[in-house]
Amino acid sequence: MPDLLLASVRLEHVLLLGGWLFAIGLFLALSKRNAIGVLMGVELMLNAVNVTLLAFSRFVVSPRPLDGQVFALFVITVAAAEASVALALAIAVYRHRRTVNIDEIDLLRW
Amino acid sequence: MINDTGIAVAFWVLAATTVGCALMVVMVRELIHAVLFLALCFVGVAGIYIVLSADFVAVAQILIYAGAIAVLMTFAVMLTPAADRENSETAFWAPAAVLAGLVLVVITYVTYATSWHIAGRGAFPATAASLGEAFLKPYVVPFEVASVLLMTAMIGAIVLTKEDEEPESA
Amino acid sequence: MTPALLTLITKHWYDIRDLSNLSHKIEQLIADAGGPHWLIYVVSAILGAGGIVSFIGGVAIINIWVERRVVGRMQSRLGPNRLGPFGLLQPVADAIKLMQKEVLQPRTAYGLIFTAAPIMFTVPGILLFAVLPWGRNMTLAHLDVGVLFLLAASSLGALAVFMAGYSSNNKYSLFGSMRVIAMLVSYEIPIVLALLGIVLFAGTMDLNGIVLFQAKYWAPMVMLQPLPFFIYFISVSAELNRTPADIAEAESEIVGGYHTEYSGMKFGLFYAAELINAVVVSAIISTVFLGGWWAYKLDELVPGWMIYIGKIYTVYFLFVWTRGTLPRFRVDQLLAFAWKWMTPMAILNIVLVAAEVLLWEQSGWSAGFVIPLYIAVNNALAVATIFAFMRLLAPKFERFPTRLRYYAGIDVPSLPAATAADTARTGVQAV
Repeated sequence: MPDLLLASVRLEHVLLLGGWLFAIGLFLALSKRNAIGVLMGVELMLNAVNVTLLAFSRFVVSPRPLDGQVFALFVITVAAAEASVALALAIAVYRHRRTVNIDEIDLLRW
Repeated sequence: MINDTGIAVAFWVLAATTVGCALMVVMVRELIHAVLFLALCFVGVAGIYIVLSADFVAVAQILIYAGAIAVLMTFAVMLTPAADRENSETAFWAPAAVLAGLVLVVITYVTYATSWHIAGRGAFPATAASLGEAFLKPYVVPFEVASVLLMTAMIGAIVLTKEDEEPESA
Repeated sequence: MTPALLTLITKHWYDIRDLSNLSHKIEQLIADAGGPHWLIYVVSAILGAGGIVSFIGGVAIINIWVERRVVGRMQSRLGPNRLGPFGLLQPVADAIKLMQKEVLQPRTAYGLIFTAAPIMFTVPGILLFAVLPWGRNMTLAHLDVGVLFLLAASSLGALAVFMAGYSSNNKYSLFGSMRVIAMLVSYEIPIVLALLGIVLFAGTMDLNGIVLFQAKYWAPMVMLQPLPFFIYFISVSAELNRTPADIAEAESEIVGGYHTEYSGMKFGLFYAAELINAVVVSAIISTVFLGGWWAYKLDELVPGWMIYIGKIYTVYFLFVWTRGTLPRFRVDQLLAFAWKWMTPMAILNIVLVAAEVLLWEQSGWSAGFVIPLYIAVNNALAVATIFAFMRLLAPKFERFPTRLRYYAGIDVPSLPAATAADTARTGVQAV
């Protein structure tokens, strides 16, 4: 159905885009060996959530439709804080263990 | 629902770029290439935000993600040794792929099974002023907490990365 | 002169006063001919983008000549003067030379990133031109968040510089790009805070709105906000890598910085992008601080975009001036300057502006009283703040080191014995 697919943007389309990004981010975060790769996955998931929030804010009935954008801005703020701390952690771990591969950082393993 | 053809075309092109770049982040073997594809993906997401008539969020996205977080990540890549700069998977990649696929299936199902209350409203007019009002009236407490969070993160990052000072050898 | 001819000239003068009239005519033509809705958008986008990109191309060529001639005159050199009258053909010769040069690429470079970096460095500068108001109705992309867009797009350059430095696989390139990033990150803060003061005062982030604010109250922002003007000017000349702050490509320290390994047209792109960035920053300063296309009553007689270009080149001359006369900072001096001087002063200014805006809103004073009052108060406070900071934070000038400095593992030879005259002047005892 070409008129459904390309001629318009519906809520479902944006949600699907968010879903794809979330799934890719989840795969990255769960599977990558490098700590920076994991962090990239987390950032991608946060972006997917933001896409979804903005889609709801744009399309869905709400008394205050702009609240979705407010939430998205809070998510961006938290993501910035999270990225800086996570990268600082990666550097601190590298200094002590000489690696950032998360399958080699296993000091707490039983 | 957005019916404008131009915006719809822009959305599909941006969506294809974003998802394509995200897949490239998974697939490329060099970590630095992955970071650069991720930066491109962030810019694509900012484009999606503009399609969804969130201009302020889009510009904030470019400023913070593409301008700051991507640079931070390239920095971190450079601080790791050259031998570790590859983008390989652990042995958990198969269950991770299954889980990610399941999440995608669930999201797709929920998306199409739910009957959303679609509002037939048009694009927002300029959002910056009303966002500022929202931040300083109903959301003023979260706004202040966010500034405390940023402060904490800054101090935390400094403490974590500060090297122990060598005793001065006279 | 016959009246008919006079009306013809004035009529056409009116037409070029705002080039948006022209594009409006073309759009009307398309609409009358029954052209589709989207065609109008495409045509106006192509017209605007074509105009801006050709302006950028012309500017990049002209500025090579301007910069070399003016700096030559300032440093008592001749500058290029062989090719054509006043050396006008020199930029053409430079461009031909760059195009003919072999594009070398180190064998150890990361190919794709190495090629993409100069392109990514050029694009943000060109993007910035899209939101600038050239006249009352002459803005290609009228953004409500124009000021924020300027900051966002210019922050993309950092990634490109990093790509160039990383992919060259050369120590000096990496040093250069690390220095650029340290500088960009440090100077981003005073820049944002300085512009925040302007946004607070004007009550809008729309660039045309800021110009309209200045036109409404007949006061360019540089008079109302002198401190942010100095902060922005200094910070931005650091971000531009121009000579008082060109530690990123300090040729006597780290060869050529991040573009050490680039040659031919790839280097040409870096060079052109630096000129373009200088022009776009001059344009931002003349929009935000000097009133853009508005100049008291002059903008009713002369086309606004001509006034705007005149202002841009005035500010650009200031940049060339600082480049031609000031020596280079050291890295630590430059970063300390950002963190210890610029940022606290900018924060002070934010507090001041917020108080002033609140006072204006609450008191209900008329603009005719408030604007001159704020101009006087802000100028006095700016001078006071700058001098206070100079007294408080400036390092004491040391003619002789007051203590011996040892470094681990390095044998430092002892200082020459101070003479009696030195001791009397500095109070340092002979060792």
